[in-house]
Amino acid sequence: MIVAGCDVGSLSAKAVIMKNGDIVASHVIYARPEPEESAQAVMEKALEKVGLTLKDIGYCVGTGYGREAIPFAKSTESEIVCHGKGAKWCMPSVYMTIDIGGQDAKAIRMDNDGNITRYAYNDRCASGTGRFIEVMAAAMDVPLEKMGELSAESKNPISLSNQCVVFAETEIISLVNAGKPLPDIVHGLHNALASRVGAMARSIDIQKDVTMTGGVAKNPGMVAALEEAIGVKFVKSKIDPQIMGALGAALLAGERMRKSA
Amino acid sequence: MITAGCDIGSLTTKVVLLNNTKVLGYAVARSHYDPVVGVTEVMDKVLKSTGIDRKDIGYCVGTGYGRERIPFANKVTSEISCHVKGAKWLMPSLRTIIDVGGQDCKAMHLDVQGNIEKFCTNDKCAAGTGRFLEVMAKLIGVELEELGKLAAEARDPIQLAATCTAWSQAEVICKLNLKVPKADIAAGINNAMAARVAILAKAAGIEKDVCMTGGVAKNVGVLKALEEQLDVPMRRLRVDPQIVGALGAAVIAKENLGGK
Repeated sequence: MIVAGCDVGSLSAKAVIMKNGDIVASHVIYARPEPEESAQAVMEKALEKVGLTLKDIGYCVGTGYGREAIPFAKSTESEIVCHGKGAKWCMPSVYMTIDIGGQDAKAIRMDNDGNITRYAYNDRCASGTGRFIEVMAAAMDVPLEKMGELSAESKNPISLSNQCVVFAETEIISLVNAGKPLPDIVHGLHNALASRVGAMARSIDIQKDVTMTGGVAKNPGMVAALEEAIGVKFVKSKIDPQIMGALGAALLAGERMRKSA
Repeated sequence: MITAGCDIGSLTTKVVLLNNTKVLGYAVARSHYDPVVGVTEVMDKVLKSTGIDRKDIGYCVGTGYGRERIPFANKVTSEISCHVKGAKWLMPSLRTIIDVGGQDCKAMHLDVQGNIEKFCTNDKCAAGTGRFLEVMAKLIGVELEELGKLAAEARDPIQLAATCTAWSQAEVICKLNLKVPKADIAAGINNAMAARVAILAKAAGIEKDVCMTGGVAKNVGVLKALEEQLDVPMRRLRVDPQIVGALGAAVIAKENLGGK
């Protein structure tokens, strides 16, 4: 039985292909302007890796912000459910995952079967999402991938006085102009986002083990800052944390295919 | 007896010269990164245009975000009391004053005596402050001052789904790509701005007469949208709404001289 999950987010699109309960291929691309195009491109790439075509996929579940535009998805599911499912499957000891997306952030608690028990979600204010780091990285002209590295070099992280993305951007520019070391600014930014996401996570009570999923989990600076903010060491996934949503979707595809058979 | 009021805001610096009953002159300029230089320049400009000598100023009160840096201020005071003082001096019947500045928004509800009964402020979130309009005007490629006029030509104002300035930017870019007329976008921006201000104003409590002060009050689109959303007329002041804070500072200066 071959199933797939496709997660079309605001910044990237992810695809996971599973065969008889094992991951056989996965792929991540930057999102294209049209979600439909992103979905097709990322799935094609993943299929290519294992010499399969779309016809071989028995069932595909779509998730993410562009999920309604995935032409080959038989059904869709919210990212919250998918992240919970994916994380539980990879790391059975985990009962909570925190996902910082490009335009939202979620804290999700799940039971033994990976079903959601509680969650908190922010997509209202950009300063509590990945967009915060993205905007600041652009303002400092630092590639997003370098943020983690830079953060690690910090000796004396700055403390930001503004929360709002728009106000903080101005503050960052003045700090750069005032000659503050970049690592200290970057570390300060991570701390600022961590304190907001941490507060959101605490609002549904922290339940160990905790992990971080989504692309931002690849930024060690952000992971460390969030661990400090909630006072818990995270369980690190052996599988790319960015594909967790697509993986959860693929797992659901398997369940749904069995049900419909 | 001449008094002066200086208001150094985040975006603009304002100076007003007052002679008992009359505004002698005023000037508004973009705030300088060095407030001392900025406020001195604006003061010199007003002195020059009115032909008044610096020595003739009996008392000067400073206010605004940069108030501690005014070299010739005899006293400093909060923007809140200055806006109330200035607005009440212009129109004693006022009970609600909504001041929208470059990076904050304040709503002041006054009692019959003119004391502040309730006060609400937002300086945490750019939405609902002048900064929102500034970011949006830049995005659609028009001058900040043009937003109100442009919006008057709108036929079908857009509806912004998000409150957050960062998200609204993405929405506006999307509308621009779809070739939505700029006037419709501008009207949507003004409406969104007014909606945020209205929430704050309602929290402070609306009581007639109501007026709006600060630079954003020059935007007729926001003013009209706010009138609709609050369902009260916004009283128009007889001076540039942007100088009300500085005017209030000059009025306080006059009181300090004992010229009540």
